Amino acid sequence: MTSPITAQHPASAGKRGRKQIGLAFIAPFGLLFMLVFIVPIFYAGYLSLFQQKLIGGNTFTGLANYTKLFHDAQFWDGVGRVFSFTLVQVPVMLILAMVLALALDSRRLHGTRFMRVSIFLPYAVPAVVSTLMWGFMLGVKYGLLGSLNDALGTDLDPFTPSTTLISIGVMVTWAFTGFNMLIFYAVLKAVPRELYEAAALDGANEFQVVLRIKLPALRQSLVIAIIFSIIGTFQIFSEPQILPSMVANSGITTHYTPNLYAYNLAFTGSQQGYAAALALVMAAITIAVAYAVQIRGLRNAFDH
Amino acid sequence: MPSITSTGAESGEAHVATSGSSTGHSRDRRPRYTVENPKKSVTLTVMTGLSALYCLLPLVWLVINATKTQADFVSSFGFAPGHRFALWDNIVEVFRYQDGIFSRWLLNTVIYVVVGAVVSTFLAALGGYALAKLQFSGKRVFLFVILGSIAVPGIALAIPQFLLFAHLGITNTPWAVLIPSFINPFGLYLMWVYTADAVPTDLLDAAKVDGAGEFRTFVQIALPLLAPASVTVLLFSFVSIWNNYFLPLIMLKDPNWYPLTIGLNEWNKLGSTAGNGALIQNLVITAALLTVVPLIIAFLSLQRYWQSGVSLGAVKG
Repeated sequence: MTSPITAQHPASAGKRGRKQIGLAFIAPFGLLFMLVFIVPIFYAGYLSLFQQKLIGGNTFTGLANYTKLFHDAQFWDGVGRVFSFTLVQVPVMLILAMVLALALDSRRLHGTRFMRVSIFLPYAVPAVVSTLMWGFMLGVKYGLLGSLNDALGTDLDPFTPSTTLISIGVMVTWAFTGFNMLIFYAVLKAVPRELYEAAALDGANEFQVVLRIKLPALRQSLVIAIIFSIIGTFQIFSEPQILPSMVANSGITTHYTPNLYAYNLAFTGSQQGYAAALALVMAAITIAVAYAVQIRGLRNAFDH
Repeated sequence: MPSITSTGAESGEAHVATSGSSTGHSRDRRPRYTVENPKKSVTLTVMTGLSALYCLLPLVWLVINATKTQADFVSSFGFAPGHRFALWDNIVEVFRYQDGIFSRWLLNTVIYVVVGAVVSTFLAALGGYALAKLQFSGKRVFLFVILGSIAVPGIALAIPQFLLFAHLGITNTPWAVLIPSFINPFGLYLMWVYTADAVPTDLLDAAKVDGAGEFRTFVQIALPLLAPASVTVLLFSFVSIWNNYFLPLIMLKDPNWYPLTIGLNEWNKLGSTAGNGALIQNLVITAALLTVVPLIIAFLSLQRYWQSGVSLGAVKG
């Protein structure tokens, strides 16, 4: 496979103007990209050096926002929560997605197509609607859990301070398992089927085919799925932002996740410089973790 | 590595499936199981079916409860129908409530989605074509920055975007939601790899020899060949903009500019404010159903495209 970068044709190498014609094509994207990605990051970096003071208004305070952030127990509480959430949610979701992809690819299911579409469908549902549905469904007031408690005389509540995070995990897994499953399934479909025939001729059973052919094929896409899932769960916002208006005493605080904290700082506390510092630190943490996973994942991939 | 053939692989599978079921095996002969056509497993089907149930159950709940009156919603079991089938009444009431603001939100969402998805797809095609087929200096740096930006968490970026847009005075206007949606780095990446494979350079050179300008060559020769990838990028932009919550939440204050997702949550807060708010959960649920139905229709009718898009991203990525 030739890399797209090297696939340039020599015909246009003549004139100087021709050489730069690509710039005109890339310019609209490039300029908007500057406006939407690059400039905001630098502007946030600049704003993070200021604090809103009662006397004197917006004053330059150097790195004070950052030192404050590193001593802010509420921030680290949220960071700890998304870390532990990620540690459980990402493996559960991706293992489920892989098992489902292997099941679909086994050709042993009745109604493979129906299953595939059904499991992917939640991806099309906005987080707002998903939170509303699950909030109503699981809530003890109107939902199924209420009916179940009435019927069995139990006192289960999925939205107490100790159970809310699990319920959010159920919602997030619901929304994104199908998307990851589809990626794994696409990778499995690209495996040449002659390999399976050859393995069968060699007397390999299906379990060995999964272990020796299918799982190694999934390795690279698994690393990418882990990275994007981590980025996703670190950003978790909609569910904890919407839930408190649906259920009382869910244990969701204004700093439940770092993004919720940044939102509340910027829009209800009007501490924009501090929120900017938080957003940048959180982006740095996310990229560092994603990068660490990538390095580890690729090193493992080379080992095999 | 086959990347463009992924669409072919999908239709190939469909072909195998139909020929398997239509011709079948003649009745007097026992079916022969092969690697290509193994014995179906009931256990595996049931286990996968449980996952499918987990995925479908909330949507079934949504449909059932959109048919109930507020009184029935509060009193009846979640998966049982109400005393009265009130779906049409609920839909009419959703469009009437608060002077019909729901239709305004629907219109806003359609504008954000159509303009955002079309512009972002066109920009991605233009840029992807330049990366794959044209020369310019700084290409590697550009690629490095764009690919790096895919890993930047969107929400961490939204607050800086808000602060900048507030400085520029464009918050609380549709532009604040539209401009960030114009840039889709992953779409650019898909277009780049797709163009490199699907657009023959010889064809472009022939058009240029015939006197076509660079832009005309792109529009008339390359763009038609990029149609499958364009539909994929369009579809994923469509979904992400339709479902966007955080960006419009921070950018917009005026309810007249809200998209559906923000409006829906405003209604939800109204209904849930215990004591003094009107209980309108039947409207919230019906509005939620109306919000997801267009997306589900788009997904079911354009299956071929999101399948091939995911394949392209997965196999290449």
